[in-house]
Amino acid sequence: MLLDVQNLVKSFGGIRAVRNVSISIPESSICAVIGPNGAGKTTFFNLLTGIYKPDEGTVLFDGKSLLGLRPDQVNKAGIARTFQSIRLFHNMTVLENVMVGMHSRLRMSMVETLLRPRSFGEQEREVRAKSIELLRFVGLAGKGDEISKNLPYGDQRRIEIARALASRPRLILLDEPTAGMNPNESDEAMALFRKIRDDLGVTVVLIEHDMRVVMGISEHIDVLDYGEKIASGTPAEIRANPRVIEAYLGKRAAREHGGSDNGTAA
Amino acid sequence: MTSITAPAPQRANWRQMLDRPAVAIAVAVLYVAAAITIVLLLDRNSLWYPLFNMIALPIFMLSPIVVASLSIPRTIKIVMLIVMFAVIMPIIGIENPPYLEIAIQVSIFAGLALGLNIVVGFAGLLDLGYVAFFAVGAYLWGMATSPADTIWTENQLTVNYWVTNLGPEAGSLVVGLVSAVQSGAFYLFIFIGIIVAALVGVLLGLPVLRLRGDYLAIVTLGFGEVIRILVRNLDAPTNLTNGSQGLNDIGTPPLPGFYVGFTDSLSRALGIPLNNPEVLANQLLLYTIALVLLFVIILVCSRLKDSPIGRAWTAIREDEVAAIAMGVPLVRMKLLAFASGAAFAGAIGTLYAAKQSFIDPQSFILLQSISILAMVIVGGMGNIKGVVVGAMIVTIIDLHTLSNLSLQLNALRNADLLDIPQQLDPSKYQPLVFGIILVLMMLFRPAGLLPEKSRKLELQERDDEGFEESTELPLTEPVIAESSPER
Repeated sequence: MLLDVQNLVKSFGGIRAVRNVSISIPESSICAVIGPNGAGKTTFFNLLTGIYKPDEGTVLFDGKSLLGLRPDQVNKAGIARTFQSIRLFHNMTVLENVMVGMHSRLRMSMVETLLRPRSFGEQEREVRAKSIELLRFVGLAGKGDEISKNLPYGDQRRIEIARALASRPRLILLDEPTAGMNPNESDEAMALFRKIRDDLGVTVVLIEHDMRVVMGISEHIDVLDYGEKIASGTPAEIRANPRVIEAYLGKRAAREHGGSDNGTAA
Repeated sequence: MTSITAPAPQRANWRQMLDRPAVAIAVAVLYVAAAITIVLLLDRNSLWYPLFNMIALPIFMLSPIVVASLSIPRTIKIVMLIVMFAVIMPIIGIENPPYLEIAIQVSIFAGLALGLNIVVGFAGLLDLGYVAFFAVGAYLWGMATSPADTIWTENQLTVNYWVTNLGPEAGSLVVGLVSAVQSGAFYLFIFIGIIVAALVGVLLGLPVLRLRGDYLAIVTLGFGEVIRILVRNLDAPTNLTNGSQGLNDIGTPPLPGFYVGFTDSLSRALGIPLNNPEVLANQLLLYTIALVLLFVIILVCSRLKDSPIGRAWTAIREDEVAAIAMGVPLVRMKLLAFASGAAFAGAIGTLYAAKQSFIDPQSFILLQSISILAMVIVGGMGNIKGVVVGAMIVTIIDLHTLSNLSLQLNALRNADLLDIPQQLDPSKYQPLVFGIILVLMMLFRPAGLLPEKSRKLELQERDDEGFEESTELPLTEPVIAESSPER
């Protein structure tokens, strides 16, 4: 297992946002975490990436504990992420956004920055070349010099993904990466997620509401509801799971469906 | 990038004309020549002298900026700037000493504004107590040299004491050693100022790491006041800073003999022999130091900006959460920003104390912090050249424009040409004028006169020599790092 989360607990005051969640992500897989609004999915991501500190539980990434690491250290350890509401560096160019993503892989010293030895220029050139390559990879070639806030929504999502990939992660967490996209755009996005896994060998975990995307791309799905994990399995299993249907549609609807599998469950 | 000579298009407008090096050089030479002529033609006995003086100085002071902004081939540009700084300015300074004084002040405040620009413009951390670091540098040198009645003087610890109180019994070795220490002491204290101010910057940074925006501004404002009040009250029980009486007769950097000789012969050549060339030579020395400091600061700023550190700062400014999630160590980078900004202020503070020769807590009030911030805002946050221009404008208005306006009104009043009350005195309206300028800026150019521009990096890749050149550019003449014409 690349990522192994055991019994994760997080409370905010009286609200238990994540209760005893255990999730394992195998290396080189594409997994999804789903659940109704407010189920604790984004909180779960924030716990993994060190933005929140878990109250209890263990997080093992490639056998090493991530507990107590700051977000930048988690990034350095090999987990990168995107955000539900796009959080680009809006006034920087697209290329600079991606270059910032490479930060944790750079040698950086005040002395080198000021004296500019040859190695500094080489590193800068390399950073730029790799960033341009990443922009090409996500389909934004030629847009590197635009101010990122001026790009359309779909492109901004791509910048976020390129920026996350820039730190050369082993695991990328995508928080609702196709939110607000039309079917065409989300098809392209799905193709991109596959490419990330197949070409770059990066394990992909996504939070998603668009069931067409979730069912179409994930190999494994975990379902959260009210902070608890209620189901786990392949897309087919999840689709047939009565508890999942209940969580999404309510008890009555679940009963009427009778657990039948007609694809509308989720 | 600076020397693209497009084949002259059919309908070439003036902007395209300016892009041609020959035209640009001609314009630059004409501008500088015109500026010098205007200054030299000023007639001190004329009734309208203050008014002409008021207009002439900004025109003259802007000439290096004009030269730096035009698309002139790099070597020619550097030669022109060196000539302006090393030849023209001293001549004008001998001709008209207040101009030299203002040039020093502009350099000092430009350096300060650039330091604040790292914290506010690059990293987006609003710091209203910046003058505290300036005070640290100034007081270090002040305490080390002032003969005021402090504990340092009492225990014969000041630099001046070593020099003036060497008895005849001191061996030549001791005399040599002491004079070496003394002559280097000022430059040593610039470094000490840098280090101590940077440490104080980190000290300020640590508690405010979690704060943003308004909250950060309030805490830093408080910090600035804390330092000022500390300095005011540290005259008891042990007198460290001489309290509100301030430190007087602060030492100046030792004057090399050739400066006096140079000033003397230059003034003779110009036909204005000086009674006491040392005074002006000293000003010239301070001018040189201020200019060198400013150039080092510009160089450091442009290198920091165009580096992973600079990008990390911008990322923090744009979105802290995203920045840390992308691997930017927030604590380290914020402290680095505070420390670098403070370091500049420490160095400049040392020079400021030497130049003023008297400092007291009133020199470091909140209004100073705010006017330095105004320079950054007026010029264009984040843009190095913009900040220098902003510092120039604010300093000139403060020291020159308003006082000359007052002089002009007085002259007219005395000549019975104007019947206005004595109370109308523009030099007292400085806060009003700054307020109006800031309001107008926010209305019409909220990003400053020369807003920060994004760097075009992807296109550069296509000619990789271009990148090599652009990384080397700041080495020689950082002002022109962003040399394409604004607007």
